[in-house]
Amino acid sequence: MSVPLGPIVLEATDIEKYFGPNHVLHGVSLAVRRHETVMLIGRSGSGKTTFLRCLNFLEEPTVGSVAMGDLRIEADPLQRAGSDRKRDIRQLRQQTGMVFQEFNLFPHMSVLDNCIEAPMHVKGVSRDEAVATAERFLDKVQLLDKRDEYPDRMSGGQKQRAAIARALCMEPEVLLFDEPTSALDPELIGEVIVVMEQLAHEGSTMIVVSHEMAFAREAADRVLYLEGGSIVEEGPPEQILDDPQEEPTKQFLRRFLSEGAKAPPAHATEPTSPFDDPIAKATSLHGGGGAG
Amino acid sequence: MTASVQTPQHEAGRPEKAAIVGQIIEADRRRRRMARATFVATWAAIIGGLVAVLAIGGAINLDFLNEGPPWWRFILGEVDVSADGISGIAIGPLHFVITGAFATILISVVAITLAVGFALLGSVGRLSKNSVVYAVATLYVSLVRGTPLLVQILFIWLALPQIWQGFGKVDALIMGTFAVAFNYGAYMTEIFRAGIQAVPNGQREAAAALGLGERRIFARIVLPQAFRIVIPAIGNEFIAMIKDTSLLAVIGVQELLWKARTVGSQNFKMLETLLLAALVYWVLTIIFSFFQERMEKRMSRGDR
Repeated sequence: MSVPLGPIVLEATDIEKYFGPNHVLHGVSLAVRRHETVMLIGRSGSGKTTFLRCLNFLEEPTVGSVAMGDLRIEADPLQRAGSDRKRDIRQLRQQTGMVFQEFNLFPHMSVLDNCIEAPMHVKGVSRDEAVATAERFLDKVQLLDKRDEYPDRMSGGQKQRAAIARALCMEPEVLLFDEPTSALDPELIGEVIVVMEQLAHEGSTMIVVSHEMAFAREAADRVLYLEGGSIVEEGPPEQILDDPQEEPTKQFLRRFLSEGAKAPPAHATEPTSPFDDPIAKATSLHGGGGAG
Repeated sequence: MTASVQTPQHEAGRPEKAAIVGQIIEADRRRRRMARATFVATWAAIIGGLVAVLAIGGAINLDFLNEGPPWWRFILGEVDVSADGISGIAIGPLHFVITGAFATILISVVAITLAVGFALLGSVGRLSKNSVVYAVATLYVSLVRGTPLLVQILFIWLALPQIWQGFGKVDALIMGTFAVAFNYGAYMTEIFRAGIQAVPNGQREAAAALGLGERRIFARIVLPQAFRIVIPAIGNEFIAMIKDTSLLAVIGVQELLWKARTVGSQNFKMLETLLLAALVYWVLTIIFSFFQERMEKRMSRGDR
């Protein structure tokens, strides 16, 4: 927001995905510009997480392509392509950091080792350099004092911040967030959102699947509403959240906002009680949930 | 302390409540001490009773074990073990317990190490997308688990030389250790496979999303976590293996049972030597179980 948008860095074209006979993505396209923060919202089962996972080929799209810089990778559902494509995918993954709902930190490594593993062994950076980078980003997420701690001894919020630092250490072009706060206790959501907002304001390029509407207002440049595997509506956050044009979007937001205080049916583990942490309150309406 | 129970909400009841809590804790501790004492006493009574019956009845006579140099001189290295051709029988019967136990431990340690290697290969094969590799690994597991260990030992020792004479020149100790390792490798293949599959898929995805290659993901992310999961099971296999190495006595490997049998038959003291051998196996498994428990506790605590 504070940083003007640059050229397109990542472009997904007509992504379709079938899980067996289930058609979960009906041709979703998205072009993300440098420094842009795009937020994907929608009820669970709308395909938003699947779409995000198609962008770095953790999920193999059935149709479509993803382009980034010189790379252009076509869907290859029958795995006919050879090792060149695998190399391209690894190349793409090096330039896209991902943050998962369940953190997925490596439990047998310290926070620092989590952060330097990929820079050292994928980018081939020297250990000293990798450690220096890791310390810089751990400081950014305020975990420098936990550098030698093991993930199992940290809180959920600390783990997720460490996971963000790990992704940042590859200095990726684009950051992908897959419901980064959905597995967190309500009082821990705020500390993760604060870090994400800081990143967005500093000009990171981010694609975020989340239900944190306050984050959308505060940090997103564009909000996409997905339903049934298609983009129903997109636009700046004020427009989508306050003045949606399409009926499905209106319905979703109406139900979402009215059910915000209660547990929405889609996600049994969603917090039910309002909480008093001012940071968390300010940054989250925290209703809704579920793996999109 | 019935008074405090009758007037629980009374202010003066508070210190008495604390006293009751103290009493409960003390009673609990006493109960646990009693249980432990009863356990030890029961064991001592049964084992001591059996030994006493055998000794008083004249069935057990351990005097023959004192022939030759005392056992501690072997440990101190004052008596050259290697000078004696066959297992120290000539220089003191108790020698068999020490050298036999040593041989048994040595065979077990080498065999479990080899078996881990077999299991690693086997489990990778069992999880392989390559149909041929998968078929070979599955055949290994099925065949080895489907036939008795004793048959496998005899086959490797007696039947293989018929295929190629070179096998006949290999020492029974080596062939036997290999046979045990090969057998346990098959069982542990399934343990390793389960351990590898127990590593959450999110771990692989997180590593892949960072751009790590498949081999590196397996070696650096999956395998270390799988190892942590299977270590208790490897411990169990090791304890079982210590006992199964006794089967190697059949092909003349000079381990604990073979020595016990040889010494026993020379002195006509089978009861004593077999009892001693059994006792040594038992003590060995107790010792390793103890270490295993401690290791498991340590691992579950720090989770490092």
